[in-house]
Amino acid sequence: MNNKLEIKDFSFTYRGAKSASLCNINMSIPTNKVTAIIGPSGCGKSTLLRSMNRIHDIYNGNIYEGEILLLDEPQQQNILLIKKENDFIKLRQRVGMVFQKPTPFPMSIFDNVAYGLRLSGTKNKRLLKEKVVKALKDVALWEEVKERLYDDARGLSGGQQQRLCIARVVALKPEVILFDEPTSALDPLSTLAIEEMIIELKKNYTIVIVTHNMQQASRISDYTAFMYLGKLIEFDVTENIFINPKNKKTEDYITGRFG
Amino acid sequence: MRLIINKLAIFLSSLMAILGLFFLGWILVTLVIKGSGALNLYIFTHNLVNNGILNLIWGQFVLAGLAAFIGIPVGILAGIYLQEYGNNSRYAYFIRDLSDVMMSAPSIVVGTFIYAIIVMPFGHTNGWAGVAALFVMLLPIVVSTTDDMLSLVPVELREAGAAIGASKYHVILHIVLKAAKVGIMTGLILAFARVVGETAPLLYTSGSTIYMETDLNHTFPSMTVSIYNLATMPDEKLVELAWAAALVLTIIVMMLNLLGRYVVRNKR
Ligand SMILES: Nc1ncnc2c1ncn2[C@@H]1O[C@H](COP(=O)(O)OP(=O)(O)OP(=O)(O)O)[C@@H](O)[C@H]1O
Ligand SMILES: [Mg+2]
Repeated sequence: MNNKLEIKDFSFTYRGAKSASLCNINMSIPTNKVTAIIGPSGCGKSTLLRSMNRIHDIYNGNIYEGEILLLDEPQQQNILLIKKENDFIKLRQRVGMVFQKPTPFPMSIFDNVAYGLRLSGTKNKRLLKEKVVKALKDVALWEEVKERLYDDARGLSGGQQQRLCIARVVALKPEVILFDEPTSALDPLSTLAIEEMIIELKKNYTIVIVTHNMQQASRISDYTAFMYLGKLIEFDVTENIFINPKNKKTEDYITGRFG
Repeated sequence: MRLIINKLAIFLSSLMAILGLFFLGWILVTLVIKGSGALNLYIFTHNLVNNGILNLIWGQFVLAGLAAFIGIPVGILAGIYLQEYGNNSRYAYFIRDLSDVMMSAPSIVVGTFIYAIIVMPFGHTNGWAGVAALFVMLLPIVVSTTDDMLSLVPVELREAGAAIGASKYHVILHIVLKAAKVGIMTGLILAFARVVGETAPLLYTSGSTIYMETDLNHTFPSMTVSIYNLATMPDEKLVELAWAAALVLTIIVMMLNLLGRYVVRNKR
């Protein structure tokens, strides 16, 4: 099994917090698979996910311990050592992120997708357009927006906005895409559309998704991590976690006895 | 019982609203009655020396316009600093408080201050002093508007920008400012409307003159100061002209306010 990320003895403390929000996490994120992170509210799922692209660092003063290795055989890089803004930008181009609430930028649909591409150096107009169209097709949004590419993106429906945000990330061709509860603000149909898309995306991308929706985790993920109170309790193939959990806590959570 | 209190509250608040509107209406009606008499094309094409208000309108707009021209970029940059760069530092809190204090400083104090630091060394009232006084009035309004409007932009948007590989200054320039654009624009128009009608800061600084003036080193025409001067003249004609000028100024300020609202309504 090939891994894309390796998290080793990782602990995380927010600026000014008395205790660590994550304690001694060890896990590997396999390449081109969907890894789900589940657990009760406040257990540190978002904190862990947001460490993987160091988005935490737009606020300073957080404390990281341990290692998170981003692997690109034969190279590897401990992303916790990154300090310079340029290196953060490179990291985030390799590890993209989609948030819970759709966050369309205040610009046209086209520019929303083109923005990151322009920043990363695609200047040629024709190439830019090609990449934007490709990304919109990848997230199954093209048919719905091809007539109004230059309208303000904030005029799209919530589900469309979320797919646009995914297109924005996909356009950059990252190696990993992180999703933090990407469907919790959406209706069931939009949710289904995004789930199907994620399954499609894993052919080319390594995916990590935080979700509160147990069915969602079991439907789309290959591996599942269960977290509780800042610790990784159990990490295994999704079927094992859901059908045959080894830890009592995991079983209680899966069966809905707490959380 | 609760119903009665509720009704009473509605009654009282409506009464107060009507009272406020009543005085506003009174002022407007008086202005229109007394001001429209002398209102004609002639006064817009002649200077005060010939019983017109052309030089006054010009002077007022040059003073307020220059103050805005300098104050808006400075204020926006300061607002960006406060919200985006210095958010948690003591220094930022200090600047923010200072700006709030400045905003509530009585305008006559601002006028006297500029008188002391610019007019006295100069030896006489002049346009630059007027610009400086209006600048001091305008700056804190622009700073706090920008600060407030930027604070309304959700953090998620900034995070999403960073997550796509935008540097901090790209996020501010391309995303945050764009998202806050309408609010900031509205604030700027309202800030301008506010200083364009100021009298007290100009009284001792720009002064006012009956002639057309283009050199800011000289005493500069100012509409508000001239209205103040004319209103106390014995000549009835001049008093009437003051009313007309007041009406024109009121219309300008009201139009600017309406423009401010229009911008909000149309861009959201
Ligand atoms: N900015 C912050 N500063 C200090 N503590 C924080 C901050 N953000 C989160 N925490 C704390 O870190 C812990 C983990 O929070 P996190 O947001 O990762 O939980 P989560 O598992 O994503 O929860 P949810 O399912 O509700 O999104 C919580 O105890 C929370 O209170
Ligand atoms: Mg969370």
